[in-house]
Amino acid sequence: MTFEPPIAQLQTRDRSGESGCVIDDGLCPDWIVDNFDRYIDPFWQHVYLTVTPVAIGFVIAFTLALIAHRRTWLVGPIASVTGTLYTIPSVAFFFLLQPITGLGNTTAIVALVCYTLLIIFRNVITGLRAVPEDAKDAARGMGLTERQMLWRVELPLALPEILAGVRIATTTTVGLAALAFLAGGGGLGQELDQDPFFKSNVVVAGGLCIVLAALLDVIILTFQRFTTSWQRAAA
Amino acid sequence: MNTTLAFLGQFGGAIEFIFEERESVGGGVKVGGLGEIGDLAATHLLVSAVAMAVACAVSIPIGLYLGHKGRGEFLAISVSNVGRAVPAVVLLFFFIAFVGNGFTNVAFVLILLAIPPILTNTYVGVRQVQPDIVDAARGMGMTGPQIVRRVRLPLAMPTMFAGIRTSAVSVLATATIGTYANLQTLGEPILVPQQYGFEGALGAALVVALITLAADAGIGLMQHAVTPRGIKLAEEPRTQRRRLSLPTRRREAST
Repeated sequence: MTFEPPIAQLQTRDRSGESGCVIDDGLCPDWIVDNFDRYIDPFWQHVYLTVTPVAIGFVIAFTLALIAHRRTWLVGPIASVTGTLYTIPSVAFFFLLQPITGLGNTTAIVALVCYTLLIIFRNVITGLRAVPEDAKDAARGMGLTERQMLWRVELPLALPEILAGVRIATTTTVGLAALAFLAGGGGLGQELDQDPFFKSNVVVAGGLCIVLAALLDVIILTFQRFTTSWQRAAA
Repeated sequence: MNTTLAFLGQFGGAIEFIFEERESVGGGVKVGGLGEIGDLAATHLLVSAVAMAVACAVSIPIGLYLGHKGRGEFLAISVSNVGRAVPAVVLLFFFIAFVGNGFTNVAFVLILLAIPPILTNTYVGVRQVQPDIVDAARGMGMTGPQIVRRVRLPLAMPTMFAGIRTSAVSVLATATIGTYANLQTLGEPILVPQQYGFEGALGAALVVALITLAADAGIGLMQHAVTPRGIKLAEEPRTQRRRLSLPTRRREAST
């Protein structure tokens, strides 16, 4: 593998021939309006870098949680492995993976998936564990098998907690994806990195990160309201 | 050393970078080796320690006070939600563009990152203390400050330390990108590959990862040590009933 420097700190974007405000690294509404479209591609990359890892992480963590749900001795080991992955700083992780997965989207996504595992796993387990014993007894009384009980009683009742985990994982991933450019993944972090002293650039790129985190949070919250309508009906 | 570590591929080179000086990629300068890594690690740890000390000094008293009085729940809880929505990287870049570079600014960013988990966890820890216990303490004639110091604080310790642990991990992680603000932390070899090369970046990444894992484990041990014996005893039968030891600490974003 040949190494290409993922970042070039000293190379700032060419802004010659611009107005005084831009040359002074200021906060310039005109420049933002004129140049907003250059942030659209990185924004969608950032969306991709958030949604893909959360989706993959959800599948893995959810499967692990279902396996560990009935085999409780597995919870401790899985929690400590995912906890260790969670502790490794992302800047370091993006580099530690490169000799194995190379420079590019794969590395970024593998690292980001690792960070979602602990959060989602923990919340699925907590949610399943909080299901009232009465509800399970009633289900058994109705003659449901263990599998039916899991899918029709336990998981629906655990859904709010599970989705809360997905929300935390999503906002966290938006933030971590801002460093995915170190692994060659692009995204809004790349824009921040290319011109860190230009206030307009930092405000637009950083602001879009925050907006994206808030937006995805609201989408999942709406989904939660929609899917747990029975909860409000009961109340 | 080349031959012994060759089987590790680039990781071998990275380990070598940590222990031995080498010519920089651009040439002319010596980089790497225990001396430079030690200096970078010292700055890294210093800025992180300063930030953690200030964050603890600010948020623990506030958390104890609000928790004891049962006030400001909205503030104590929402501060960590807001903290999660603003990514550490974005916060740092805002600071670089609007405030400036250097040790103080990086320390300030790290303090802002460290406060929410400690404040929220201290508050929650204090609120969790059963009212009966506080009543008993009052019945024994303890004053308000005595109750906080001798009853609420010890019982809140495990939760509080979980917050300190979360903060320490994200502070150590974010100090890495302090390099963007001209602070020579362990992020330097990672973020200036033009000079340090890929093996340098990999070596520094290894050191950062090990320091963070060590800090996490160390604070975990401290957390165990400061947990009052009463709580440990109360938790004992639970483990016997094979209740699971899923970490209850809330862990938040690291960078």
